[in-house]
Amino acid sequence: MTDLTKTTAAEPGLIPLPAAAARALTLVGGIATAVSAFLAWTWTSEFPGDLTITGYPGGLQWLTFTGGLLITLFALAAYGIRGLGWLVPGGNNGPIVLTALGTFGTTWFTVVAIAVNLDGLVNLEPGAYVAAVASLLTVIGAFALPTTAGETRNAKAAYDAGLRKGGIASQSRVVIATLKGFAAYIGKPDRVPAPGPLAPWAERVVITVVTMIGLGVFTYGIDTEYGELFIGYLILVVFAMWAVHSAGLIDRFSRLVAHHRGFTLAMGFAAAILFPFTQTDDHYANIGVNILIFGTVALGLNIVVGLAGLLDLGYVAFLGVGAYTAALVSGSEFSKFSGVQFPFWAAALSGAAASLIFGVLIGAPTLRLRGDYLAIVTLGFGEIFRIAVNNMDGVSGPDITNGPNGIPSIPDLDFFGFNFGDSHDVAGFTLGRFANYYLLMVLIMAIVVLVYTRAADSRIGRSWIAIREDETAATAMGINGFRVKLIAFALGAALAGLAGTVSAHVTYSVVPTPYQFAGSTPPNSAFLLAAVVLGGMGTVAGPLLGAALLYLLPEKLVFLQDKSLLAFGIALIVLMRFRPEGIIANRRNQLEFHETGQLDVPDTETLADDPAVTKAGA
Amino acid sequence: MTTSTPTPVLEARNVTMRFGGLTAVRSVDFTVNAGEIVGLIGPNGAGKTTFFNCLTGLYVPTEGTVSYKGTVLPPKPHLVTQAGIARTFQNIRLFANMTVLENVLVGRHTRTKEGLWSALLRGPGFKKAEKASEERAMELLEFIGLAHKRDHLSRNLPYGEQRKLEIARALASEPGLILLDEPTAGMNPQETRATEELVFAIRDKGVAVLLIEHDMRFVFNLSDRVAVLVQGEKLVEGTSEVVQADERVIAAYLGEPFEGAPGEAEAAEVEAAEAAADATGTTSTTSTKGEGQ
Repeated sequence: MTDLTKTTAAEPGLIPLPAAAARALTLVGGIATAVSAFLAWTWTSEFPGDLTITGYPGGLQWLTFTGGLLITLFALAAYGIRGLGWLVPGGNNGPIVLTALGTFGTTWFTVVAIAVNLDGLVNLEPGAYVAAVASLLTVIGAFALPTTAGETRNAKAAYDAGLRKGGIASQSRVVIATLKGFAAYIGKPDRVPAPGPLAPWAERVVITVVTMIGLGVFTYGIDTEYGELFIGYLILVVFAMWAVHSAGLIDRFSRLVAHHRGFTLAMGFAAAILFPFTQTDDHYANIGVNILIFGTVALGLNIVVGLAGLLDLGYVAFLGVGAYTAALVSGSEFSKFSGVQFPFWAAALSGAAASLIFGVLIGAPTLRLRGDYLAIVTLGFGEIFRIAVNNMDGVSGPDITNGPNGIPSIPDLDFFGFNFGDSHDVAGFTLGRFANYYLLMVLIMAIVVLVYTRAADSRIGRSWIAIREDETAATAMGINGFRVKLIAFALGAALAGLAGTVSAHVTYSVVPTPYQFAGSTPPNSAFLLAAVVLGGMGTVAGPLLGAALLYLLPEKLVFLQDKSLLAFGIALIVLMRFRPEGIIANRRNQLEFHETGQLDVPDTETLADDPAVTKAGA
Repeated sequence: MTTSTPTPVLEARNVTMRFGGLTAVRSVDFTVNAGEIVGLIGPNGAGKTTFFNCLTGLYVPTEGTVSYKGTVLPPKPHLVTQAGIARTFQNIRLFANMTVLENVLVGRHTRTKEGLWSALLRGPGFKKAEKASEERAMELLEFIGLAHKRDHLSRNLPYGEQRKLEIARALASEPGLILLDEPTAGMNPQETRATEELVFAIRDKGVAVLLIEHDMRFVFNLSDRVAVLVQGEKLVEGTSEVVQADERVIAAYLGEPFEGAPGEAEAAEVEAAEAAADATGTTSTTSTKGEGQ
């Protein structure tokens, strides 16, 4: 037992192979995997994406190709090729292991999907076998790599712990040691050396390039035409992101972003504006606009939940108020005020104002409650809105909303002769109806992001956070808790109402059913809250990412159908177990949820000496 | 510091607090003058913190009024702070997940006015006010010696520094009176001495101090006056010497001798009797004591 624990240098990999051989294997395997994407994988084009052509990858093969390319890059970086060192600042092998796993996952998923879809392994061409074997060999090679110096301590401690714990049978000992060793592989190194100085323009170029890559990846995801491609995409993207995180690149990038906050925001919006120009089919612009509406409302909810810490379970009602207000003044012939047609700016303002009033009306009595009681009461008010709208049909109540039939045939918006319903040609690109609305929604989202960031970083934002942290202490500091909470509530409501006015025009009609607490399609209150929590409370990008995920998943994974809610439940539980601060963590929450016991030191010091880099090649 | 005609900062008149049948504070009259350090002591459960909460508006007193510089305070914590009374808490209540600087900035809340609109529009007034707030907060952090930790989360500070930060946060509201609820609880002797100096420094800034404390040496060293609260009633009030010498205070802390307990005369008698018993070897001490009165 002692001879096992005695190893002091870099731990050998999980699979016994010489380090040099393992390294060569990952490189060759990566290249072979990438090349295999150019072979024919099946004989018939019945499998979507047409994987039959030799010399040109199709559909899922592109993913394998990309994965192979990433492995090759990371493997070359590990060889110490000049100019690639920045890829793995931590000098660890985690990125190789993770990209290898991701590529293995997508490739084998494709191969299995072909065999299952077309009934039998006969349908696989030799190319598929090549791809499968190459990706498997890469994974084997990756796991034979030593866990590098940066992780040696962790790995060794893990091995020791594993050996100590599993004192009963040597077999369980090995299993535990293996699991711990695996964790050591994929973890981020403790210390990522700070990047060398870059010129400000170079930093901006980096941000621009990353944003454009992000746009490309995101657009690819939206454009996936069939479920298999989306699953393969998801596997690859998740592992690739994890690899980039484990390499320490995300940390470096967020440091860059912190220096160029305004520029990053501008680039983000530029990317968002570019999106419809990359689309040929207006259907995908429709997905885009729905994601934006969902995301904007989630961001509004983030003020209430993420900043002020008020759990609002009836938030979707404010979206409904905005949508109904816009529908009533839209000039639709089914509207109660069919003669009235507000210009859009007036409709948007009245929608936001109606939501705001509704928010104050609900908030004034309920915000005197704290915690769970507030959640229950807001849940009740949310349902009251839906039921009231359902009943205001002239039979059960006053005739305002047309009851369950809602207000159909809402006319398209028209800005100075620019009709949103028509296709327009802009600089050689055709923008369809949904693309027009998409661009309008980008504008609205820009407003909401601006409101969010500015409000968060001010006296009022600080008092929201103070209230969330400790209401008694906050009031003792002179904060009028009720007033400040009411402002958060009303502001959140107004932003949701603003988004609602656009959503009424996008969907042609408003009906009461979507504005419920929980349903299988977004937006509803539960999904909105899930988007905020999943993405990361108290951040700008978090709820937007969460909304995109929660909208795309049921949209793309049609085969899940009624099981999608179950899948969400499981996914949410898993996420809350392993990353309670959400996908994008804000610094506060990260420290709150992970008790490390170490003092947080602001990123000022540079970590000069790092043995990881030198030992990585050994 | 004290002038010949002391001007009262805080005046509590006839403050009574009842929780159902329990009277936690019974008609207490209490004054703190400008530039004074006043200590409030009493055994556990005497109602000191309840009295504090009545003063700061966390509790609405059942009877009586609290006035600050002549105006009666409304029983709302944020209005009390607005008026000029700041406080700290017995069990530290910092905003744990905010940075040190942000904590102090929250304390500036009542002395700044920028609302939502100015935050959204970000005019020159907003930027100026934010900058001024930050400067003032940094001054206070310098004052308590935490300026170098401005960007640390307050939860990660050591205990003593958390106590200090809480005081800085209270001072940020530019109070005329600061109430410290057991500022040295859980501190080691060095930290206690540092806190002592801090309290004097606060007094020298022209802020009156009212403190609850269990560390007697700390209280008697610091305070110009000490009031003793026992079972919700004010027992004595006066300078350290007066209070320290007061028998009732000693009784409240150490317990009164029970009825019929042996006094000095009795003790002497017992001794005499014992001596006699030694001589005779028979008499019982109890019988001699019974005759003694």
